[in-house]
Amino acid sequence: MSAQRSTWWSHARHVIGDNPVTLVAAVLFALLAVLALIGPFIVPYDPLASKAESALQPPSAAHWFGTDALGRDIFSRVVVATRMDLGIAVSSVVLSFAVGVPLGLAAGFLGGWWERGVTRLSDTIMAFPLFVLAMGIVAALGNTVGNIVLATALINLPFYIRVARAEANIRREAGWVEAARLSGNSDMRILAFHLFPNALPPAMVQVSLNMGWAILNAAGLSFIGLGVRPPQAEWGILVAEGAQFIVSGEWWVSLFPGAALMLAVFTFNLLGDALRDLFDPRRRT
Amino acid sequence: MIRLILKRLVAALPNLLGVVVITFLLTRALPGDPAAYFAGGAATQEAIEEVRKQLGLDRPLIEQFWRYLAELARGDLGLSLTTGQPVLQELTSRLPATLEIMLAALFVACAAAIPMGVMAAVRQGSWVDQLCRLITTAGVSLPVFFTGLLLAYVFYFLLGWAPSPLGRLDPIWSPPPTLTGLYLIDAALAREPSVLWAAAKQLVLPVFTMAIFVMAPIARMTRASMLSVLSSDFVRTARASGLSSGTVLITYALRNALLPVVTTLGMVFGFMLGGSVIVEKVFSWPGVGSYAIDALTASDYAPVQGFVLTMGTLFVLVNLLIDVLYLLIDPRVRVES
Repeated sequence: MSAQRSTWWSHARHVIGDNPVTLVAAVLFALLAVLALIGPFIVPYDPLASKAESALQPPSAAHWFGTDALGRDIFSRVVVATRMDLGIAVSSVVLSFAVGVPLGLAAGFLGGWWERGVTRLSDTIMAFPLFVLAMGIVAALGNTVGNIVLATALINLPFYIRVARAEANIRREAGWVEAARLSGNSDMRILAFHLFPNALPPAMVQVSLNMGWAILNAAGLSFIGLGVRPPQAEWGILVAEGAQFIVSGEWWVSLFPGAALMLAVFTFNLLGDALRDLFDPRRRT
Repeated sequence: MIRLILKRLVAALPNLLGVVVITFLLTRALPGDPAAYFAGGAATQEAIEEVRKQLGLDRPLIEQFWRYLAELARGDLGLSLTTGQPVLQELTSRLPATLEIMLAALFVACAAAIPMGVMAAVRQGSWVDQLCRLITTAGVSLPVFFTGLLLAYVFYFLLGWAPSPLGRLDPIWSPPPTLTGLYLIDAALAREPSVLWAAAKQLVLPVFTMAIFVMAPIARMTRASMLSVLSSDFVRTARASGLSSGTVLITYALRNALLPVVTTLGMVFGFMLGGSVIVEKVFSWPGVGSYAIDALTASDYAPVQGFVLTMGTLFVLVNLLIDVLYLLIDPRVRVES
């Protein structure tokens, strides 16, 4: 066991050493996580406090990212928004993982009508352009943050179902599954304690690739006015608030929140690639 | 061959049905009570119940579903509350604007991404490959609205090369007579070069915004499939037979490598249908996406449902088209099945 662990670590070191970008991504990820946790306590200004006399000021020593149309400090708003954006992304990804993986495992393992039903469900979701479906769901269920999480989770569901189903399918007839069954394990027990750990690595890769996607999706929905509502700070809304000022040259209102959003998505995409290299050497590109 | 195509058509039916069922369920889940709306603001509880009965909203869900299907069959998507117009009519008049961006963006994205993917595969590990990797990673990380605003800032505000990012045509021009609804084609057919030029200028920024968004999957797929084709036996044989590297690359390798790329185009189209909503909002483009957003902000739900249904149907049809195209261009699929 310990020998195995040490080779895993050396492999991890190799993957990181091989590609310094991964190290940068890991550092950025740590930074984002810290900002999400303590952001509201370290910002220089109240993110909601407007001050009419200092509206639309370009970046300066006092306001690093400038101020918006109501005189609010953009730096503080961007930092505080980290928690909201990561929160939406993490909860929606956890939700699709928690629902999609068991569904997919059961479909691949049990087969039959159960498998047909689950496949039909994921095919139906995939028949929509996913962003449009998310729009429809949020419009139908109501304009709240919770529904954004739900919509994002639902449109990502098919990817988890697919990964888990494939893993269960190829292992259904494996010798150790037969052995587990012969020693008296129930189907549920085999699914939970034998197949689930095997589906975990590919599902984890899916999680990190999905995080960036989920952030983009949530920000896109709030950009068009769904979900998070002003004056609540969220990157998509912050960009939307600055959109009208772009044509008159006040670039900072949109640029900084947009850049933060891009950086976060970039971080998760790079981490996802690194995780894939780590867990699944065959798919290395 | 015909049988295979028919088989694909039949296979697409459940998806189409799925789209209709989901849209119907979303319809029922939408907030707001249509009966209360149609009964008017001053209506009593009994009057609302009366209208509910008239509209059939007191019926079981399955019966309402059949009614919904019947309405769909008549092309009845309801009325928009804000404009008072039938939703179907407004959607059809706005769809060409959306399609114009998407088709142009697809063209631009393929024209840029396929050569880039090929170069990256041929010179694996070179600077072209690194550049390809950078662009594809950036492409999937950039929020569409952010790219759009950035392009508008640089090319309209700073450089002044692009016209103001508002709408399909500068108001000093009147739109060309409608034939296809695509301004570029209509203006060319009507022989109005100045309108053609004005429409093209308005298109550039939204099209590039969308193209940057979808380049990544195309380039990535081209690179991957080109790599696998280049290492295959028939390419080795072609090289060994002394064919010029150009012939091997284009005639032998690329033609085969493009097949998986065609399949990716379905997914790309799905991205574009979603992305068009955001691009249209950024550039005040009068397409179906901005129609849906306006309706959403006004809590006008019939257009939103019509929009979701239209996009879903369009996506199923495009995937079907790509499946059929694949059957036509790849003889192996026919032999295997």
